[in-house]
Amino acid sequence: MDEYKGILVIAEQNDNIIHKVSYELLNKGRELADELNVPLDCLLLGDDGIHVEELNYRGAETVYYMKSENFSKPEEYLYKQNIVKFIDENKPEIILIGATNFGRSIAPRIAAALKTGLTADCTELQIDDDNNFIQVRPAFSDNILAHIKTVTYPKMATIRYKEFDEAERNVDREINVVKIKPYMDKYDEVEIVQSFNENDVNITEAQIVVATGRAIKKKEDLKMIKDFANKVGGVIGASRALVDAGMIGSVYQVGYSGNRVKPKIYIACGISGAPQHLAGMKESETIIAINSDSSAPIFSIADYGYVGDIYEIIPNLIRDL
Amino acid sequence: MNILVLIKEVPDMEKVKFDSEKGVVNRSSAESEINPFDMNALQSAIDIKNKYGADITVLTMGPLRAEKSLRDAYARGADNVVLMTDCRFSGADTCATSRTLSAGIKYLGTFDLIICGEKSVDGDTAQVGAEVAEFLDMPHAYYVENINSIDKTEIEVVIENICGSKQVRRMKLPALIGVTKNINLPKLPTVNRKLKSLEIDVEKISLDDLYEHIDADETGFKGSPTKIAKIVIPNPVERTGHIYKDDYVTFKEAIKKEIKSESTI
Ligand SMILES: Cc1cc2nc3c(=O)[nH]c(=O)nc-3n(C[C@H](O)[C@H](O)[C@H](O)COP(=O)(O)OP(=O)(O)OC[C@H]3O[C@@H](n4cnc5c(N)ncnc54)[C@H](O)[C@@H]3O)c2cc1C
Ligand SMILES: Nc1ncnc2c1ncn2[C@@H]1O[C@H](COP(=O)(O)O)[C@@H](O)[C@H]1O
Repeated sequence: MDEYKGILVIAEQNDNIIHKVSYELLNKGRELADELNVPLDCLLLGDDGIHVEELNYRGAETVYYMKSENFSKPEEYLYKQNIVKFIDENKPEIILIGATNFGRSIAPRIAAALKTGLTADCTELQIDDDNNFIQVRPAFSDNILAHIKTVTYPKMATIRYKEFDEAERNVDREINVVKIKPYMDKYDEVEIVQSFNENDVNITEAQIVVATGRAIKKKEDLKMIKDFANKVGGVIGASRALVDAGMIGSVYQVGYSGNRVKPKIYIACGISGAPQHLAGMKESETIIAINSDSSAPIFSIADYGYVGDIYEIIPNLIRDL
Repeated sequence: MNILVLIKEVPDMEKVKFDSEKGVVNRSSAESEINPFDMNALQSAIDIKNKYGADITVLTMGPLRAEKSLRDAYARGADNVVLMTDCRFSGADTCATSRTLSAGIKYLGTFDLIICGEKSVDGDTAQVGAEVAEFLDMPHAYYVENINSIDKTEIEVVIENICGSKQVRRMKLPALIGVTKNINLPKLPTVNRKLKSLEIDVEKISLDDLYEHIDADETGFKGSPTKIAKIVIPNPVERTGHIYKDDYVTFKEAIKKEIKSESTI
């Protein structure tokens, strides 16, 4: 299908700020575009006042900016209607979308509307010797890596945040922004009543995460972990066991059904290291584990481990570090 | 109100074995069960039923043995359970799966609300729900952590996190929602329902039943636009693995060095 050409990154903005995953996609997208010798473009839907030139600085050749105040409230149906129309007219061969919550919710709608394949949560993208686009994704709760080819057009993938480095910013790159009118401006079946930030904890952005689990016996004891986190300049995280026990909110949960984190340092205090927990933190740069059971699986992925009682060692660490 | 719940039968991920030589999953190595996230979907339907009254249909596409999960769903409170099974459905990716499920839903009639889980622990894509919503042309909301209200025409939900915020969203029905594990705690079935679940008839749908809604080449392996080229068992990242037991001082000094280079202490 020769009529489909080029790579399109669908960028994401939150409250008019471009999400960093967009720059990561532009970095990987550039690599693929150079290999295939095709253009790399970017589409962004949003309200007035977004610094979209930044997407040019990060390597997009043409930035398509579709403006409507209704795009400031993320809603999948309205976004989908507009993006699908754009794709029908511009026919990119490969479409990359960040696997953020919104990206993961909107991408399948777009793929279904286009009756094309979508590979979720990719961790790597490659062009093979026959110029096939290969999408690598973990499956079966992260136990395997599947290499996937798409036989329809366009080929779509969502890519996890922090999987690739951000594209370098180069302000000498040409600014080329094409403003386009939305094809559909309003969708009456859905009303966004309210948007709010309940708490601003975002453990996915932290450089140091101090996480704890079922070793914590009562809620008050979490103070020790908080003090430890404060001492090392980190934020607190938790295993699902602790969340399920009602001791801490789910925004703090690390793992397969919680947040995936990739900090510089992850300190697991009294966490056994179940596969579903590891799925959310095993890519951390340095892993430190403290556990009283020397056979706990968490030790097998730790850079530094200490076999001991957290109630004894953490107060010492707070004092000594 | 008619509610449809989508559930998938999956292997118990704690026990399933992976053949790293062949790169395949040995499905017979573990018992299968209802996808844990779909338990929350089913419980949401039951909660709505208890509060507002509803008729709950549970639908799954899978092999014949998935009847077991449907009986379990009945025991937990479903009114009707339906199995879409046909060898021509097998090998389906998310596109073919959602197309097939959508055809089945059209075949079954009309529903005010469709509920699915956040993701399946084996497929792990979180795509099927939104794709079904698209094939049926209805709005959807993912990451639903609470249902504020629902009536014949409208539902209001709280979305846990979208674009960094919580969102309260009102949708005209019919609509589809994908719920998170935080929405409820799935309850156990009663002994009575459990016994009854062994006697019920599980309705079955095959491809031939769906001729008005889907073509044979839109389902199963044939109807799947994504193909697995190969499967690799990932190599774990090499870790230095310094484990200390009684030597607190060495441990402390080692991690102090690591932490110093990252923070301001
Ligand atoms: C579908 C599904 C999704 C899941 N998603 C997640 C997820 O996202 N995140 C997640 O974390 N889990 C998840 N789980 C649950 C997971 O399987 C484990 O049950 C959970 O991670 C265990 O938490 P834990 O390590 O805190 O508890 P445990 O496994 O009970 O481990 C506690 C550890 O603390 C140690 N310990 C106890 N007391 C002390 C002490 N005083 N000092 C030092 N060490 C001590 C023990 O030796 C033990 O190793 C999921 C499960 C399923 C089925
Ligand atoms: N074969 C299936 N039959 C019925 N429902 C399914 C099937 N596969 C997926 N689903 C539903 O779609 C959700 C997301 O699945 P997935 O896209 O596989 O992660 C699941 O939680 C189920 O509610």
